[in-house]
Amino acid sequence: MAYPIGSRDLLIRGGRIIDPSQGLDAVGDVLLRNGIVEACGGTISTPDGAEILDASGLVVAPGFIDVHVHLREPGREDVETVASGAHSAVAGGITAVCCMPNTKPVTDNQAVVGFVKQKAEQAGYARVYPYGAISVGQKGETLAEMAEMVAAGAVAFSDDGRPVESAQLMRSALEYARAFNVPIAEHCEDMTLARGGSMNEGIMSAKLGLKGIPAEAEEIYVIRDILLAKRTGGHIHMCHLSTKGSVELVRWGKERGINVTAEVCSHHISLTEDAVDGYNTNAKMNPPLRTAEDIEALQQGLADGTIDLLVTDHAPHHYDEKEREFADAPNGIVGLETALAVNTTYLLHTGILTLPQIVDAMSCKQAKIFHLPGGTLARGGIADVTIFDPNRQWSCDPKAFKSKGRNTPYGGHTFTGQARYTIVAGRVVYTA
Amino acid sequence: MAGPLGKDLLGLAPLSADQIRLVLDTAVPFREISERAIKKVPTLRGATIVNLFFEASTRTRISFEFAEKRLSADTVNVASAGSSVSKGETLVDTARNLEAMKIDMVVVRHGGSGAAKFLAERIESNVVNAGDGTNEHPTQGLLDMLTLRDRFGDLAGKRICIVGDVLHSRVARSNIWGLTKLGAQVAVCGPRSLLPNAIEQMGVTVFNRIEEAIEWADALNVLRLQLERMQAGYIPSLREYNRVFGVTSARLEKASRDLLILHPGPMNRGVEIDSDVADGPHSVILDQVTNGVAVRMAVLYLLAGGKPELAEAAKKGVA
Repeated sequence: MAYPIGSRDLLIRGGRIIDPSQGLDAVGDVLLRNGIVEACGGTISTPDGAEILDASGLVVAPGFIDVHVHLREPGREDVETVASGAHSAVAGGITAVCCMPNTKPVTDNQAVVGFVKQKAEQAGYARVYPYGAISVGQKGETLAEMAEMVAAGAVAFSDDGRPVESAQLMRSALEYARAFNVPIAEHCEDMTLARGGSMNEGIMSAKLGLKGIPAEAEEIYVIRDILLAKRTGGHIHMCHLSTKGSVELVRWGKERGINVTAEVCSHHISLTEDAVDGYNTNAKMNPPLRTAEDIEALQQGLADGTIDLLVTDHAPHHYDEKEREFADAPNGIVGLETALAVNTTYLLHTGILTLPQIVDAMSCKQAKIFHLPGGTLARGGIADVTIFDPNRQWSCDPKAFKSKGRNTPYGGHTFTGQARYTIVAGRVVYTA
Repeated sequence: MAGPLGKDLLGLAPLSADQIRLVLDTAVPFREISERAIKKVPTLRGATIVNLFFEASTRTRISFEFAEKRLSADTVNVASAGSSVSKGETLVDTARNLEAMKIDMVVVRHGGSGAAKFLAERIESNVVNAGDGTNEHPTQGLLDMLTLRDRFGDLAGKRICIVGDVLHSRVARSNIWGLTKLGAQVAVCGPRSLLPNAIEQMGVTVFNRIEEAIEWADALNVLRLQLERMQAGYIPSLREYNRVFGVTSARLEKASRDLLILHPGPMNRGVEIDSDVADGPHSVILDQVTNGVAVRMAVLYLLAGGKPELAEAAKKGVA
């Protein structure tokens, strides 16, 4: 991708370098040159004319990647554009995102894939890798032209926002995509169980009089797709898992050597269904916020590696779209600018994950599973770096978001952990 | 304006037991106004009330309108069909426009759970929830409780079973919140497919068989079973529902004591309730309708800042 490359050498000095891709956790320097990592670790002498960034007391990690975001362009540029979304990403310390294809028109052809890539390069913030839709128009009827989309730059396929209801079509997608070595990412939701639901089915939905979405609506598709991956040998990636049962099913699949990977959103490991109380539309998402028991299982799944990735499902909306009756409000939250903070606050400072585990789930594994550049500070890799302070306290003010969206359940929350410098292709694109 | 109930009546969940008793106590003197030849007092003269009905309703809207007119309020009825709502106007825009017309109260019926709360948080006028989605229908809950109290006196320890489609019922939730706060024991009975999954955690007993419910209860509050539930796959047929869960005189005769029978209406005779039960000696269904007007008068009076100790005077038209 033709992203702008830093014009000078950049020496990141004296930070705690955490790079699980190299098994590295030590204080040292990193030198970036011509958009790639020139050297990593130890003491590096300052090249002539190099810019120096003092990272003492900070963590230096391979740039964070988020394989699950919605950028809304084309179609809803009033809500988010590729540029505003990419700006939002770097404000959260995220150097690359994969954007879902539920745009208008749907990203189901090479032209739209190319359009999104072009917009991202023009913006010059985070790198943007488009998803292609699994089916034409995300209608679940016929396979989209995957080969052409891969050639145009699509890195994975999904009908996210809706499930692939036909098991036969999902089977074909898993088989067909094998030739291109790209994941098929599934939005697991049995619509016959979930339809009309707007929150988790449980005591809170009973109290509020809202139709609930049972855990089984997700789990039925998780096990179906694991079995299809077993049959086909294809790579199934489970989007935004939210239930204890889903974690157990993915664990079952991995134990049998089935090619299954999984992600969890930061909001699903930090908030329960109680956040919906009072009909708070900023806590409305799909899949819905679940129970404390589910959160514990998701956190445990991250800790033992059953769940591979921490993502955001970044889903901006106009404030007036959320400003309505709960059942009619759209799903989702602005996630890119709070993800790192949520993860350090709820996973690191609670002792559930270590810093290397968080970096692994937010960077190294994302690159590895989605076959993306980055995810490493090894010499020769792209010069995408996230420098963050895991102990810095800050208060979330949605009005300050770089995203066009303001919809977040974390407004006013105090977090511990913040990105300080975001570097893409050797160029500092965000400083906090 | 905020009286002893606060600014709004959104449900019985947010009310204290004392506030519920206050409404019921206040409704008693107001009930007498409806017995007079001239059924009108000037208590809310000059107040403007908008009945904002986004969902079709006959009895609740008429009951509110009678309550408002008997208190001499000026009323306007807005239905969603034919209004700007049908042209796509949002609830918040509708609310702002009403507010700009300097009204005093809004009575709102809406298909979305939480809609009344949503409105109340955005306008200064008093908001009365006349039923929001499957959340609450507080004045129905209150009139049910007044009807029960008329017969039982203190409700503490009384056993009330709600029968039927609890899953989709706002009446059921208001009954559960209100009755439990006054110390009654509450149960639900119906097909499991029409009961909320975690209903036991709301402190109610669950009966799977209507015979057990009848044996246990002092009163049955029988909910309407809609044809749509059958079409949506919740139950096999209305015929089978009647045979398994119908409140029939044959079943009631086997009970060891007489039960009070309530129904919020409209009834499906021969489905959830048989005609001889609905029209029988233990039915208080028409008393509920009468009490509905009195309860709504009490709610409007209290929300408008009326003092409970002056309710008797308000009835005479001097407060």
